[in-house]
Amino acid sequence: MLNLDFSIFTWSLVQNFIVKGFIFSLTLTAIATLGGVFFGTLLALMRLSGQKWLDLPAAFYVNAMRSVPLVMVILWFFLLVPLIIGQPIGAEYSAVITFIAFEAAYFSEIMRAGIQSIPRGQVFAGQALGMTYGQNMKLVILPQAFRNMLPVLLTQTIILFQDTSLVYAIGAYDLLKGFETAGKNFGRPIEMYLLAAVVYFIISFSLSSVVKRIHRKIAIIR
Amino acid sequence: MAMDWSVFCKDTLTGEVMPGCFGSGQDITYLNWLFSAWGWTVAVSLTALVVALVAGSVVGVIRTLPDKPGLVRLGNAWVELFRNIPLLVQIFLWYFVVPALIPPMKDFPPFILVVLALGLFTSARIAEQVRAGIQALPKGQRYAGMALGLTTPQYYRYVLLPMAYRIIIPPLTSESMNIFKNSAVAFAVSIPELTQYALQVGEETARPIEVYIAVTILYAASALIINRIFAVIEKRARVPGFVVAGTGAGGH
Repeated sequence: MLNLDFSIFTWSLVQNFIVKGFIFSLTLTAIATLGGVFFGTLLALMRLSGQKWLDLPAAFYVNAMRSVPLVMVILWFFLLVPLIIGQPIGAEYSAVITFIAFEAAYFSEIMRAGIQSIPRGQVFAGQALGMTYGQNMKLVILPQAFRNMLPVLLTQTIILFQDTSLVYAIGAYDLLKGFETAGKNFGRPIEMYLLAAVVYFIISFSLSSVVKRIHRKIAIIR
Repeated sequence: MAMDWSVFCKDTLTGEVMPGCFGSGQDITYLNWLFSAWGWTVAVSLTALVVALVAGSVVGVIRTLPDKPGLVRLGNAWVELFRNIPLLVQIFLWYFVVPALIPPMKDFPPFILVVLALGLFTSARIAEQVRAGIQALPKGQRYAGMALGLTTPQYYRYVLLPMAYRIIIPPLTSESMNIFKNSAVAFAVSIPELTQYALQVGEETARPIEVYIAVTILYAASALIINRIFAVIEKRARVPGFVVAGTGAGGH
């Protein structure tokens, strides 16, 4: 049996190695969620527009993103973005762009299901009141769709938070990288990987408990 | 910029373009290597899928057992444990931490450790689907089995599970496609699979775009093949008159 020694895990180690990575993981999760929901909603609207020239490209984009491993998408963007904008880009910025683009595909499927869950009568009611397409979406359909989809959206955000650890592939400094670097510097990698697992577990588990509670709350009101 | 596909015909050692694109014996081309990498991806994914189906079914069944609150709680804990830690971290746990804690596992080849990591990670999701599938059946099915005098294992085997598995074929399909995508994470512990190939050969040949395109196509093809196989299974297993209700599953 191995002797585990957690004595190196001090406040100064947290400050020097973990905080920076933790902040990046959280920022990446937040930006990718907001950007992903925004572009995902646009993609969902394109697919539900009934116009082939809008539907087909959106469907192709979503299916392409969903059939490739996230790690490969991360590598692709890290390779292509500098070629397109013509200058080198840091791993962190590349990760942000990648996650917005990747999550948009997943969020669009969630939004599409949410929009389709709204009874047709709601759409007709909005039209009967003389609302334009935009007004109808903004005032009638989307608020209800968001509400129906909230638990799934939040669950996807938790998965997204876990997936941010994959920026390991391009060497961005995230929460996992923080633990790994600390472990290597102090010769205690095993303890640090264990602690990383504990930290990820606590965060994801408590968030999913919150999501469960929200789910129940919404279910009671309805 | 122009593409140069001849890169795949090059010998991995000399860098010379080989006639016929395939090498022989010890002399291999990047195309040989690409297929070997695909083989690793398929091997890791399929073995992990078997582990995930077995462990996931056991845990999923355990969570629906009547009058066994202890076992149900254990099953729930299993699902929460494997669902709330990122896969990459779980791979590191299996690769570095578990062998350090359990010395006999030091001799395990990396392949086994990665398969365990990916398989048990996915087992949590499959357990969730199996549970949902069993609970989607009307309660009367269980009672009917009991009324016929079947033991608990018997009515699971002959009454509940045959229908439950049919219900969950759609989410099982997407989970099996996920396992292929998730196997990409094995690059982190240097399993010579497709993503590792993309990283290594992309750098070695200075032709990353061609290499990434090939790897991406193989991933998409793998997912498509799995999808078709499950479509055939679903068709073959269909019970006339039994409408299958889908159960939702998110994630990637």
